[in-house]
Amino acid sequence: MSVTPALAADLFEPYGFEFFRNGTVVAVAAGALCGLLGVFVVLRGMSYIGHGLSHAVFGGAAASAVMNFNYFIGAGLWGIVSGVLIGRIARRRILGADAAIGVVTTASFAVGLALLNRYGQAKRSIEAVLFGSVLGVKNGDIVAVVVVGLLAAAVIIVGYRRFLFSTFDPEVASVSGVRVSVMEAALMVMLSLTILVTMRVIGTLLISALLVIPAATARMLTNRFSSMLWLSPVIGASGAFLGMNLAYHTNTSAAAMIIIVCATAFSGVYFASGLRGKRRIAALGHL
Amino acid sequence: MILKAAPDNLLVSCHHLSCAYGDNVVVSDVTFSVERGEFVGIVGPSGLGKTTLLRAILGMVQPVHGEVGTVKGVRLGYVPQVESVDWNFPVTVLEVMVMTRPQRRVLPRITLAERRDANEMLERLGLGGLGDRHIRELSGGQQQRVFVARALFHNPDILVLDEPTSGVDVRTRHEVLHLLADLHQEGISVLLTTHDLNGLAAHLPRLVCLNREIIADGSPREVLVPDVLERLYGAPMHVLEHGGMPVVLDHAEGAVIKPFRPRAV
Ligand SMILES: Nc1ncnc2c1ncn2[C@@H]1O[C@H](COP(=O)(O)OP(=O)(O)OP(=O)(O)O)[C@@H](O)[C@H]1O
Ligand SMILES: [Mg+2]
Repeated sequence: MSVTPALAADLFEPYGFEFFRNGTVVAVAAGALCGLLGVFVVLRGMSYIGHGLSHAVFGGAAASAVMNFNYFIGAGLWGIVSGVLIGRIARRRILGADAAIGVVTTASFAVGLALLNRYGQAKRSIEAVLFGSVLGVKNGDIVAVVVVGLLAAAVIIVGYRRFLFSTFDPEVASVSGVRVSVMEAALMVMLSLTILVTMRVIGTLLISALLVIPAATARMLTNRFSSMLWLSPVIGASGAFLGMNLAYHTNTSAAAMIIIVCATAFSGVYFASGLRGKRRIAALGHL
Repeated sequence: MILKAAPDNLLVSCHHLSCAYGDNVVVSDVTFSVERGEFVGIVGPSGLGKTTLLRAILGMVQPVHGEVGTVKGVRLGYVPQVESVDWNFPVTVLEVMVMTRPQRRVLPRITLAERRDANEMLERLGLGGLGDRHIRELSGGQQQRVFVARALFHNPDILVLDEPTSGVDVRTRHEVLHLLADLHQEGISVLLTTHDLNGLAAHLPRLVCLNREIIADGSPREVLVPDVLERLYGAPMHVLEHGGMPVVLDHAEGAVIKPFRPRAV
Protein backbone atom coordinates (compact mmCIF):
# COMPACT_ATOMS: atom_id res chain seq x y z
CA MET A 1 0.00 0.00 0.00
CA SER A 2 1.42 3.36 -0.91
CA VAL A 3 0.61 6.39 1.09
CA THR A 4 0.43 9.62 -0.81
CA PRO A 5 2.81 12.27 0.46
CA ALA A 6 -0.11 14.58 1.17
CA LEU A 7 -1.84 12.03 3.38
CA ALA A 8 1.40 11.27 5.20
CA ALA A 9 1.94 14.95 5.81
CA ASP A 10 -1.60 15.16 7.13
CA LEU A 11 -1.08 12.25 9.50
CA PHE A 12 2.11 13.70 10.89
CA GLU A 13 0.85 17.24 11.07
CA PRO A 14 -0.19 17.17 14.77
CA TYR A 15 3.26 16.02 15.79
CA GLY A 16 4.54 19.45 14.90
CA PHE A 17 2.81 20.73 18.03
CA GLU A 18 4.41 20.27 21.39
CA PHE A 19 1.07 20.06 23.17
CA PHE A 20 0.10 17.14 20.95
CA ARG A 21 3.37 15.33 21.47
CA ASN A 22 3.11 15.76 25.21
CA GLY A 23 -0.52 14.77 25.19
CA THR A 24 0.21 11.61 23.23
CA VAL A 25 3.01 10.57 25.55
CA VAL A 26 0.87 11.07 28.63
CA ALA A 27 -2.19 9.41 27.08
CA VAL A 28 -0.23 6.34 25.99
CA ALA A 29 1.35 6.03 29.43
CA ALA A 30 -2.06 6.48 31.06
CA GLY A 31 -3.59 3.84 28.77
CA ALA A 32 -0.87 1.35 29.65
CA LEU A 33 -1.13 2.08 33.36
CA CYS A 34 -4.91 1.78 33.47
CA GLY A 35 -4.65 -1.40 31.40
CA LEU A 36 -2.22 -2.89 33.91
CA LEU A 37 -4.24 -2.10 37.04
CA GLY A 38 -7.41 -2.95 35.11
CA VAL A 39 -6.40 -6.62 35.08
CA PHE A 40 -6.92 -6.73 38.84
CA VAL A 41 -10.03 -4.56 38.68
CA VAL A 42 -11.63 -6.93 36.18
CA LEU A 43 -10.54 -10.23 37.73
CA ARG A 44 -11.59 -9.17 41.21
CA GLY A 45 -14.93 -7.88 39.96
CA MET A 46 -14.26 -4.50 41.50
CA SER A 47 -15.01 -2.11 38.69
CA TYR A 48 -17.47 -0.37 40.97
CA ILE A 49 -14.51 0.39 43.20
CA GLY A 50 -12.67 2.03 40.30
CA HIS A 51 -15.77 4.04 39.56
CA GLY A 52 -16.27 5.02 43.18
CA LEU A 53 -12.63 5.85 43.73
CA SER A 54 -12.49 8.19 40.76
CA HIS A 55 -15.49 10.07 42.15
CA ALA A 56 -13.96 10.20 45.61
CA VAL A 57 -10.68 11.51 44.22
CA PHE A 58 -12.62 14.21 42.40
CA GLY A 59 -13.92 15.44 45.76
CA GLY A 60 -10.35 15.57 47.04
CA ALA A 61 -9.20 17.38 43.92
CA ALA A 62 -11.93 19.99 44.29
CA ALA A 63 -11.22 20.50 47.97
CA SER A 64 -7.51 20.97 47.33
CA ALA A 65 -8.22 23.38 44.46
CA VAL A 66 -10.48 25.50 46.68
CA MET A 67 -8.00 25.49 49.54
CA ASN A 68 -5.22 26.30 47.11
CA PHE A 69 -3.44 23.12 47.95
CA ASN A 70 -1.24 21.15 45.59
CA TYR A 71 -3.43 18.80 43.53
CA PHE A 72 -1.16 15.78 43.83
CA ILE A 73 -0.76 16.09 47.58
CA GLY A 74 -4.37 16.99 48.40
CA ALA A 75 -6.18 14.65 46.05
CA GLY A 76 -3.45 12.06 46.49
CA LEU A 77 -3.83 11.78 50.24
CA TRP A 78 -7.59 11.82 49.87
CA GLY A 79 -7.47 9.14 47.21
CA ILE A 80 -5.13 6.81 49.05
CA VAL A 81 -7.11 7.05 52.29
CA SER A 82 -10.43 6.45 50.56
CA GLY A 83 -8.91 3.70 48.43
CA VAL A 84 -7.63 1.73 51.40
CA LEU A 85 -10.89 2.27 53.29
CA ILE A 86 -13.02 1.21 50.32
CA GLY A 87 -10.84 -1.85 49.88
CA ARG A 88 -11.29 -2.86 53.50
CA ILE A 89 -15.04 -2.36 53.43
CA ALA A 90 -15.39 -4.31 50.21
CA ARG A 91 -13.18 -7.11 51.52
CA ARG A 92 -15.40 -7.78 54.48
CA ARG A 93 -18.26 -8.46 52.10
CA ILE A 94 -20.71 -6.71 54.37
CA LEU A 95 -24.19 -6.74 52.97
CA GLY A 96 -24.71 -3.60 50.93
CA ALA A 97 -21.02 -2.62 50.99
CA ASP A 98 -21.16 -1.68 47.33
CA ALA A 99 -24.20 0.50 47.90
CA ALA A 100 -22.50 2.22 50.84
CA ILE A 101 -19.38 2.83 48.77
CA GLY A 102 -21.54 4.20 45.96
CA VAL A 103 -23.34 6.61 48.27
CA VAL A 104 -20.22 7.90 50.02
CA THR A 105 -18.15 8.38 46.87
CA THR A 106 -20.96 10.01 44.94
CA ALA A 107 -21.50 12.33 47.89
CA SER A 108 -17.81 13.17 47.82
CA PHE A 109 -18.20 13.94 44.13
CA ALA A 110 -21.20 16.17 44.80
CA VAL A 111 -19.42 18.03 47.60
CA GLY A 112 -16.52 18.59 45.22
CA LEU A 113 -18.84 20.05 42.57
CA ALA A 114 -20.58 22.29 45.10
CA LEU A 115 -17.27 23.55 46.51
CA LEU A 116 -16.02 24.44 43.07
CA ASN A 117 -19.27 26.21 42.17
CA ARG A 118 -19.27 28.20 45.35
CA TYR A 119 -15.61 29.13 45.73
CA GLY A 120 -13.89 28.06 42.58
CA GLN A 121 -12.21 30.40 40.26
CA ALA A 122 -10.91 27.14 38.97
CA LYS A 123 -13.64 26.55 36.44
CA ARG A 124 -11.11 25.39 33.90
CA SER A 125 -9.53 22.89 36.21
CA ILE A 126 -12.90 21.46 37.15
CA GLU A 127 -13.60 20.73 33.50
CA ALA A 128 -10.18 19.24 33.13
CA VAL A 129 -10.81 16.91 36.05
CA LEU A 130 -14.29 15.92 34.87
CA PHE A 131 -13.61 15.43 31.19
CA GLY A 132 -9.84 15.27 31.06
CA SER A 133 -7.68 17.58 29.05
CA VAL A 134 -4.96 15.67 27.30
CA LEU A 135 -3.90 18.73 25.39
CA GLY A 136 -3.49 20.84 28.49
CA VAL A 137 -1.09 18.51 30.29
CA LYS A 138 1.86 20.00 32.04
CA ASN A 139 5.29 18.47 32.36
CA GLY A 140 4.41 17.52 35.93
CA ASP A 141 1.55 15.35 34.64
CA ILE A 142 3.84 13.49 32.27
CA VAL A 143 6.37 12.84 34.99
CA ALA A 144 3.64 11.73 37.40
CA VAL A 145 2.03 9.26 34.99
CA VAL A 146 5.34 7.79 33.92
CA VAL A 147 6.66 7.47 37.47
CA VAL A 148 3.48 5.82 38.76
CA GLY A 149 3.45 3.57 35.71
CA LEU A 150 7.00 2.37 36.24
CA LEU A 151 6.41 1.97 39.95
CA ALA A 152 3.24 -0.08 39.43
CA ALA A 153 4.94 -2.26 36.83
CA ALA A 154 7.88 -2.88 39.16
CA VAL A 155 5.66 -3.70 42.15
CA ILE A 156 3.51 -6.06 40.11
CA ILE A 157 6.50 -7.85 38.59
CA VAL A 158 8.31 -8.29 41.90
CA GLY A 159 5.13 -9.33 43.72
CA TYR A 160 3.72 -11.26 40.77
CA ARG A 161 3.15 -14.60 42.47
CA ARG A 162 1.77 -13.09 45.64
CA PHE A 163 -0.61 -10.85 43.70
CA LEU A 164 -1.72 -13.78 41.57
CA PHE A 165 -2.16 -16.10 44.55
CA SER A 166 -4.10 -13.61 46.65
CA THR A 167 -6.32 -12.65 43.71
CA PHE A 168 -7.08 -16.23 42.66
CA ASP A 169 -7.36 -17.90 46.04
CA PRO A 170 -7.07 -15.48 48.99
CA GLU A 171 -7.85 -18.04 51.69
CA VAL A 172 -5.27 -20.60 50.71
CA ALA A 173 -2.82 -17.78 50.03
CA SER A 174 -3.14 -16.54 53.59
CA VAL A 175 -2.74 -20.08 54.95
CA SER A 176 0.39 -20.37 52.83
CA GLY A 177 1.88 -17.30 54.46
CA VAL A 178 0.99 -14.63 51.89
CA ARG A 179 -0.12 -11.46 53.64
CA VAL A 180 -3.27 -11.04 51.61
CA SER A 181 -4.40 -7.83 53.28
CA VAL A 182 -1.04 -6.21 52.52
CA MET A 183 -1.32 -7.24 48.88
CA GLU A 184 -4.85 -5.85 48.71
CA ALA A 185 -3.83 -2.59 50.32
CA ALA A 186 -0.94 -2.32 47.87
CA LEU A 187 -3.36 -2.79 44.98
CA MET A 188 -5.72 -0.16 46.34
CA VAL A 189 -2.87 2.33 46.80
CA MET A 190 -1.68 1.70 43.24
CA LEU A 191 -5.24 2.04 41.97
CA SER A 192 -5.68 5.32 43.84
CA LEU A 193 -2.40 6.66 42.47
CA THR A 194 -3.34 5.56 38.98
CA ILE A 195 -6.64 7.37 39.16
CA LEU A 196 -4.95 10.40 40.65
CA VAL A 197 -2.34 10.83 37.93
CA THR A 198 -4.50 9.85 34.96
CA MET A 199 -7.58 11.78 36.01
CA ARG A 200 -6.45 15.06 34.48
CA VAL A 201 -5.75 13.17 31.27
CA ILE A 202 -8.83 10.98 30.90
CA GLY A 203 -11.23 12.67 33.30
CA THR A 204 -13.27 11.41 36.25
CA LEU A 205 -16.19 10.37 34.12
CA LEU A 206 -14.35 8.12 31.70
CA ILE A 207 -11.53 6.72 33.76
CA SER A 208 -13.41 3.70 35.05
CA ALA A 209 -14.02 2.71 31.43
CA LEU A 210 -10.29 2.74 30.75
CA LEU A 211 -9.79 0.56 33.81
CA VAL A 212 -12.22 -2.06 32.53
CA ILE A 213 -12.29 -2.19 28.73
CA PRO A 214 -8.66 -3.06 27.87
CA ALA A 215 -8.49 -5.72 30.60
CA ALA A 216 -11.81 -7.26 29.61
CA THR A 217 -10.65 -7.32 25.98
CA ALA A 218 -7.41 -9.00 27.02
CA ARG A 219 -9.37 -11.55 29.04
CA MET A 220 -11.20 -12.65 25.90
CA LEU A 221 -7.90 -13.10 24.09
CA THR A 222 -6.10 -15.26 26.63
CA ASN A 223 -6.54 -17.78 29.39
CA ARG A 224 -3.28 -16.86 31.07
CA PHE A 225 -2.86 -14.34 33.80
CA SER A 226 0.70 -13.56 32.72
CA SER A 227 -0.42 -12.82 29.13
CA MET A 228 -3.24 -10.66 30.37
CA LEU A 229 -0.74 -8.55 32.29
CA TRP A 230 1.02 -7.44 29.11
CA LEU A 231 -1.88 -7.64 26.64
CA SER A 232 -4.10 -5.32 28.61
CA PRO A 233 -1.55 -2.46 28.87
CA VAL A 234 -0.73 -2.88 25.17
CA ILE A 235 -4.43 -2.57 24.30
CA GLY A 236 -4.82 0.44 26.59
CA ALA A 237 -1.75 2.17 25.16
CA SER A 238 -2.70 1.46 21.53
CA GLY A 239 -6.22 2.66 22.16
CA ALA A 240 -4.85 5.86 23.64
CA PHE A 241 -2.48 6.40 20.73
CA LEU A 242 -5.14 5.82 18.07
CA GLY A 243 -7.70 7.80 20.02
CA MET A 244 -5.39 10.80 20.28
CA ASN A 245 -4.79 10.89 16.55
CA LEU A 246 -8.43 10.38 15.64
CA ALA A 247 -9.43 13.11 18.07
CA TYR A 248 -7.06 15.55 16.43
CA HIS A 249 -8.30 14.83 12.93
CA THR A 250 -11.98 14.80 13.83
CA ASN A 251 -11.65 17.66 16.27
CA THR A 252 -13.32 15.81 19.15
CA SER A 253 -12.53 15.16 22.80
CA ALA A 254 -9.41 13.05 23.13
CA ALA A 255 -10.62 11.19 26.24
CA ALA A 256 -13.90 10.31 24.55
CA MET A 257 -12.11 9.15 21.41
CA ILE A 258 -9.74 6.96 23.43
CA ILE A 259 -12.68 5.21 25.09
CA ILE A 260 -14.47 4.86 21.76
CA VAL A 261 -11.43 3.23 20.19
CA CYS A 262 -11.04 0.83 23.13
CA ALA A 263 -14.74 -0.02 23.11
CA THR A 264 -14.54 -0.69 19.38
CA ALA A 265 -11.63 -3.03 19.96
CA PHE A 266 -13.63 -4.78 22.67
CA SER A 267 -16.65 -5.23 20.38
CA GLY A 268 -14.45 -6.44 17.54
CA VAL A 269 -12.82 -9.08 19.74
CA TYR A 270 -16.17 -9.97 21.26
CA PHE A 271 -17.69 -10.78 17.90
CA ALA A 272 -14.56 -12.28 16.38
CA SER A 273 -13.75 -14.58 19.29
CA GLY A 274 -17.06 -16.41 19.03
CA LEU A 275 -18.60 -18.35 21.84
CA ARG A 276 -15.35 -18.84 23.70
CA GLY A 277 -14.64 -15.13 24.21
CA LYS A 278 -18.24 -14.48 25.10
CA ARG A 279 -18.13 -17.17 27.72
CA ARG A 280 -14.98 -15.71 29.22
CA ILE A 281 -16.60 -12.32 29.47
CA ALA A 282 -19.77 -13.75 30.95
CA ALA A 283 -17.64 -15.56 33.51
CA LEU A 284 -16.23 -12.30 34.80
CA GLY A 285 -19.58 -11.80 36.47
CA HIS A 286 -20.80 -8.31 37.08
CA LEU A 287 -18.18 -5.84 36.05
CA MET B 1 -1.84 -21.16 67.46
CA ILE B 2 1.20 -23.39 67.59
CA LEU B 3 1.24 -26.08 70.23
CA LYS B 4 4.64 -26.47 71.79
CA ALA B 5 4.62 -29.12 74.46
CA ALA B 6 2.98 -31.93 72.56
CA PRO B 7 3.42 -35.66 72.28
CA ASP B 8 5.62 -36.75 69.41
CA ASN B 9 2.97 -37.96 67.06
CA LEU B 10 0.35 -35.24 67.54
CA LEU B 11 -0.39 -33.10 64.47
CA VAL B 12 -3.58 -31.15 65.12
CA SER B 13 -5.45 -30.53 68.31
CA CYS B 14 -8.63 -28.76 69.43
CA HIS B 15 -9.35 -28.26 73.10
CA HIS B 16 -12.84 -27.14 74.12
CA LEU B 17 -12.94 -25.17 70.90
CA SER B 18 -15.89 -22.89 70.07
CA CYS B 19 -16.24 -20.71 66.98
CA ALA B 20 -18.93 -18.25 66.04
CA TYR B 21 -19.89 -15.80 63.33
CA GLY B 22 -21.30 -12.93 65.34
CA ASP B 23 -23.80 -14.50 67.73
CA ASN B 24 -24.16 -17.61 65.62
CA VAL B 25 -22.15 -20.31 67.39
CA VAL B 26 -21.35 -22.95 64.79
CA VAL B 27 -18.68 -24.96 66.58
CA SER B 28 -19.27 -25.65 70.25
CA ASP B 29 -16.90 -27.15 72.81
CA VAL B 30 -15.07 -29.41 70.39
CA THR B 31 -12.18 -31.49 71.68
CA PHE B 32 -10.36 -33.85 69.39
CA SER B 33 -6.94 -34.43 67.92
CA VAL B 34 -5.32 -35.99 64.90
CA GLU B 35 -2.14 -37.97 65.21
CA ARG B 36 0.50 -38.77 62.65
CA GLY B 37 -0.61 -41.55 60.35
CA GLU B 38 -4.33 -41.11 60.96
CA PHE B 39 -7.07 -40.81 58.35
CA VAL B 40 -10.01 -38.95 59.84
CA GLY B 41 -13.34 -37.96 58.34
CA ILE B 42 -15.66 -35.30 59.77
CA VAL B 43 -19.32 -35.96 58.99
CA GLY B 44 -22.46 -34.10 59.90
CA PRO B 45 -25.39 -32.13 58.58
CA SER B 46 -25.00 -29.18 56.29
CA GLY B 47 -24.33 -25.79 57.82
CA LEU B 48 -23.26 -27.09 61.21
CA GLY B 49 -19.62 -26.32 61.41
CA LYS B 50 -17.53 -28.75 59.37
CA THR B 51 -15.90 -26.16 57.14
CA THR B 52 -15.62 -23.77 60.07
CA LEU B 53 -13.77 -26.36 62.11
CA LEU B 54 -11.28 -26.87 59.28
CA ARG B 55 -10.88 -23.12 58.91
CA ALA B 56 -10.18 -22.82 62.61
CA ILE B 57 -7.53 -25.51 62.39
CA LEU B 58 -5.96 -23.63 59.49
CA GLY B 59 -6.00 -20.39 61.42
CA MET B 60 -8.50 -18.66 59.13
CA VAL B 61 -11.15 -18.40 61.86
CA GLN B 62 -10.34 -17.27 65.38
CA PRO B 63 -11.86 -19.32 68.21
CA VAL B 64 -14.16 -17.57 70.68
CA HIS B 65 -13.34 -20.15 73.34
CA GLY B 66 -10.81 -22.88 73.80
CA GLU B 67 -7.74 -23.64 71.80
CA VAL B 68 -6.97 -24.96 68.41
CA GLY B 69 -3.69 -25.44 66.68
CA THR B 70 -1.13 -27.45 64.85
CA VAL B 71 2.03 -28.72 66.43
CA LYS B 72 5.10 -26.60 65.77
CA GLY B 73 6.72 -27.43 62.47
CA VAL B 74 3.77 -29.40 61.11
CA ARG B 75 3.03 -28.52 57.49
CA LEU B 76 -0.59 -28.45 56.36
CA GLY B 77 -1.76 -28.94 52.80
CA TYR B 78 -5.22 -27.49 52.32
CA VAL B 79 -7.58 -28.52 49.52
CA PRO B 80 -10.61 -26.21 49.50
CA GLN B 81 -14.07 -27.24 48.43
CA VAL B 82 -14.20 -27.37 44.61
CA GLU B 83 -17.23 -25.09 44.62
CA SER B 84 -15.20 -22.33 46.25
CA VAL B 85 -12.68 -22.14 43.39
CA ASP B 86 -13.17 -19.65 40.57
CA TRP B 87 -12.71 -22.00 37.62
CA ASN B 88 -12.93 -19.17 35.14
CA PHE B 89 -9.89 -17.40 36.50
CA PRO B 90 -7.21 -17.20 33.81
CA VAL B 91 -4.60 -19.62 35.15
CA THR B 92 -3.14 -22.85 33.88
CA VAL B 93 -2.54 -25.97 35.93
CA LEU B 94 1.19 -25.25 36.10
CA GLU B 95 0.56 -21.68 37.29
CA VAL B 96 -1.75 -22.96 40.03
CA MET B 97 1.04 -25.23 41.26
CA VAL B 98 3.84 -22.71 41.07
CA MET B 99 2.04 -19.67 42.48
CA THR B 100 2.38 -21.24 45.91
CA ARG B 101 6.18 -21.18 45.71
CA PRO B 102 7.86 -18.00 46.87
CA GLN B 103 9.20 -15.92 44.02
CA ARG B 104 12.92 -15.84 44.67
CA ARG B 105 13.89 -13.81 41.64
CA VAL B 106 12.88 -10.41 40.44
CA LEU B 107 11.21 -11.77 37.32
CA PRO B 108 8.30 -14.14 37.96
CA ARG B 109 9.31 -16.67 35.29
CA ILE B 110 8.76 -20.30 36.24
CA THR B 111 12.23 -21.77 36.64
CA LEU B 112 13.24 -25.06 35.07
CA ALA B 113 13.53 -26.67 38.48
CA GLU B 114 10.04 -25.51 39.44
CA ARG B 115 8.63 -26.77 36.18
CA ARG B 116 10.31 -30.12 36.69
CA ASP B 117 9.06 -30.47 40.26
CA ALA B 118 5.54 -29.48 39.30
CA ASN B 119 5.44 -31.84 36.34
CA GLU B 120 6.75 -34.66 38.52
CA MET B 121 3.96 -34.08 41.01
CA LEU B 122 1.33 -33.85 38.28
CA GLU B 123 2.68 -37.05 36.76
CA ARG B 124 2.37 -38.78 40.11
CA LEU B 125 -1.30 -37.85 40.36
CA GLY B 126 -2.06 -38.96 36.81
CA LEU B 127 -2.15 -35.44 35.44
CA GLY B 128 0.94 -35.72 33.27
CA GLY B 129 0.90 -33.46 30.22
CA LEU B 130 -1.93 -31.27 31.53
CA GLY B 131 0.35 -28.52 32.87
CA ASP B 132 -0.52 -26.02 30.18
CA ARG B 133 -4.28 -26.58 30.29
CA HIS B 134 -6.57 -23.91 31.62
CA ILE B 135 -8.14 -25.16 34.85
CA ARG B 136 -11.62 -24.96 33.33
CA GLU B 137 -10.62 -27.49 30.68
CA LEU B 138 -10.34 -30.39 33.12
CA SER B 139 -12.78 -33.01 34.34
CA GLY B 140 -14.13 -32.78 37.88
CA GLY B 141 -11.76 -35.48 39.09
CA GLN B 142 -8.79 -33.82 37.42
CA GLN B 143 -9.70 -30.47 38.97
CA GLN B 144 -9.81 -32.07 42.40
CA ARG B 145 -6.45 -33.71 41.82
CA VAL B 146 -4.83 -30.46 40.67
CA PHE B 147 -5.63 -28.96 44.05
CA VAL B 148 -4.40 -32.07 45.84
CA ALA B 149 -1.23 -31.76 43.76
CA ARG B 150 -0.85 -28.13 44.80
CA ALA B 151 -1.29 -29.07 48.45
CA LEU B 152 1.25 -31.91 48.12
CA PHE B 153 3.73 -29.59 46.43
CA HIS B 154 4.94 -28.50 49.86
CA ASN B 155 5.47 -31.94 51.35
CA PRO B 156 2.72 -31.56 53.93
CA ASP B 157 2.54 -33.79 56.99
CA ILE B 158 -1.22 -33.67 56.80
CA LEU B 159 -3.67 -33.05 53.98
CA VAL B 160 -6.82 -31.18 54.95
CA LEU B 161 -9.61 -31.55 52.40
CA ASP B 162 -13.05 -29.95 52.44
CA GLU B 163 -15.65 -32.15 50.76
CA PRO B 164 -13.26 -33.77 48.29
CA THR B 165 -16.06 -35.74 46.65
CA SER B 166 -18.91 -33.27 46.54
CA GLY B 167 -20.49 -32.91 43.14
CA VAL B 168 -18.52 -35.67 41.46
CA ASP B 169 -19.74 -38.91 39.92
CA VAL B 170 -19.16 -42.40 41.29
CA ARG B 171 -16.06 -43.07 39.25
CA THR B 172 -14.39 -39.81 40.23
CA ARG B 173 -15.24 -40.52 43.84
CA HIS B 174 -13.42 -43.85 43.59
CA GLU B 175 -10.47 -42.11 41.98
CA VAL B 176 -10.23 -39.58 44.79
CA LEU B 177 -10.66 -42.23 47.47
CA HIS B 178 -7.93 -44.40 45.96
CA LEU B 179 -5.62 -41.44 45.59
CA LEU B 180 -6.08 -40.49 49.24
CA ALA B 181 -5.60 -44.10 50.32
CA ASP B 182 -2.32 -44.26 48.36
CA LEU B 183 -1.08 -41.01 49.86
CA HIS B 184 -1.99 -42.27 53.29
CA GLN B 185 0.04 -45.43 52.60
CA GLU B 186 2.97 -43.19 51.79
CA GLY B 187 2.77 -41.70 55.25
CA ILE B 188 0.65 -38.57 54.79
CA SER B 189 -2.06 -38.06 57.38
CA VAL B 190 -5.50 -37.01 56.13
CA LEU B 191 -8.32 -34.97 57.63
CA LEU B 192 -11.38 -34.42 55.47
CA THR B 193 -15.04 -33.49 55.66
CA THR B 194 -17.76 -35.26 53.75
CA HIS B 195 -21.49 -35.64 53.32
CA ASP B 196 -21.12 -38.98 51.70
CA LEU B 197 -21.69 -41.56 54.42
CA ASN B 198 -21.73 -44.69 52.30
CA GLY B 199 -19.46 -43.71 49.45
CA LEU B 200 -16.67 -42.22 51.49
CA ALA B 201 -17.13 -42.08 55.26
CA ALA B 202 -17.81 -45.79 55.73
CA HIS B 203 -14.43 -46.57 54.16
CA LEU B 204 -12.41 -44.49 56.61
CA PRO B 205 -10.82 -45.81 59.79
CA ARG B 206 -12.11 -42.99 62.00
CA LEU B 207 -15.11 -40.66 61.87
CA VAL B 208 -15.89 -37.58 63.91
CA CYS B 209 -19.62 -36.79 63.94
CA LEU B 210 -20.12 -33.06 64.21
CA ASN B 211 -23.38 -31.26 64.82
CA ARG B 212 -22.02 -28.03 66.32
CA GLU B 213 -20.57 -30.27 69.00
CA ILE B 214 -19.06 -33.70 68.66
CA ILE B 215 -21.76 -36.35 68.84
CA ALA B 216 -19.47 -39.32 68.43
CA ASP B 217 -15.89 -40.17 67.50
CA GLY B 218 -14.82 -43.64 66.44
CA SER B 219 -14.73 -46.21 63.68
CA PRO B 220 -17.62 -46.38 61.18
CA ARG B 221 -18.85 -49.54 62.92
CA GLU B 222 -19.05 -47.64 66.17
CA VAL B 223 -20.56 -44.36 64.98
CA LEU B 224 -22.67 -45.25 61.95
CA VAL B 225 -25.40 -46.66 64.17
CA PRO B 226 -29.05 -45.56 64.32
CA ASP B 227 -28.77 -43.93 67.71
CA VAL B 228 -25.81 -41.68 66.79
CA LEU B 229 -27.21 -40.88 63.35
CA GLU B 230 -30.53 -39.80 64.77
CA ARG B 231 -28.82 -37.44 67.18
CA LEU B 232 -26.57 -36.20 64.38
CA TYR B 233 -29.19 -35.54 61.74
CA GLY B 234 -32.29 -35.24 63.89
CA ALA B 235 -34.11 -37.86 61.83
CA PRO B 236 -34.43 -41.62 62.21
CA MET B 237 -32.18 -43.69 59.98
CA HIS B 238 -31.67 -47.35 59.36
CA VAL B 239 -28.32 -49.05 59.09
CA LEU B 240 -27.75 -52.27 57.21
CA GLU B 241 -24.61 -54.28 56.87
CA HIS B 242 -23.10 -55.16 53.55
CA GLY B 243 -19.78 -56.94 53.14
CA GLY B 244 -18.82 -56.12 56.70
CA MET B 245 -19.46 -52.38 56.24
CA PRO B 246 -22.34 -50.31 57.56
CA VAL B 247 -24.72 -48.93 54.93
CA VAL B 248 -26.93 -46.04 55.98
CA LEU B 249 -30.43 -45.87 54.56
CA ASP B 250 -32.44 -42.76 54.94
CA HIS B 251 -36.18 -42.78 54.67
CA ALA B 252 -37.87 -39.54 53.75
CA GLU B 253 -40.98 -40.73 55.52
CA GLY B 254 -44.33 -39.89 54.09
CA ALA B 255 -42.91 -38.04 51.11
CA VAL B 256 -43.83 -40.22 48.18
CA ILE B 257 -43.93 -38.59 44.80
CA LYS B 258 -46.69 -40.19 42.77
CA PRO B 259 -46.34 -40.85 39.06
CA PHE B 260 -47.80 -38.04 37.01
CA ARG B 261 -50.94 -38.89 35.06
CA PRO B 262 -51.98 -36.34 32.50
CA ARG B 263 -55.62 -35.49 32.85
CA ALA B 264 -57.78 -36.17 29.84
CA VAL B 265 -59.14 -33.11 28.14
N1 LIG C 1 -18.13 -16.16 56.71
C1 LIG C 1 -19.28 -16.43 57.37
N2 LIG C 1 -19.98 -15.44 57.96
C2 LIG C 1 -21.12 -15.68 58.63
N3 LIG C 1 -21.67 -16.90 58.76
C3 LIG C 1 -21.02 -17.94 58.19
C4 LIG C 1 -19.80 -17.75 57.47
N4 LIG C 1 -19.39 -18.96 57.02
C5 LIG C 1 -20.30 -19.85 57.45
N5 LIG C 1 -21.28 -19.24 58.15
C6 LIG C 1 -22.42 -19.92 58.79
O1 LIG C 1 -21.92 -20.83 59.74
C7 LIG C 1 -22.64 -22.05 59.69
C8 LIG C 1 -21.68 -23.19 59.54
O2 LIG C 1 -21.06 -23.14 58.29
P1 LIG C 1 -20.03 -24.23 57.80
O3 LIG C 1 -19.56 -23.77 56.47
O4 LIG C 1 -19.02 -24.47 58.83
O5 LIG C 1 -20.96 -25.50 57.65
P2 LIG C 1 -20.64 -26.90 56.96
O6 LIG C 1 -20.88 -27.91 57.98
O7 LIG C 1 -19.33 -26.88 56.30
O8 LIG C 1 -21.78 -26.96 55.88
P3 LIG C 1 -21.75 -27.70 54.46
O9 LIG C 1 -21.83 -29.15 54.78
O10 LIG C 1 -23.00 -27.23 53.79
O11 LIG C 1 -20.50 -27.30 53.75
C9 LIG C 1 -23.63 -21.91 58.56
O12 LIG C 1 -24.90 -21.69 59.14
C10 LIG C 1 -23.19 -20.72 57.79
O13 LIG C 1 -24.31 -20.03 57.31
MG1 LIG D 1 -18.69 -26.93 54.25
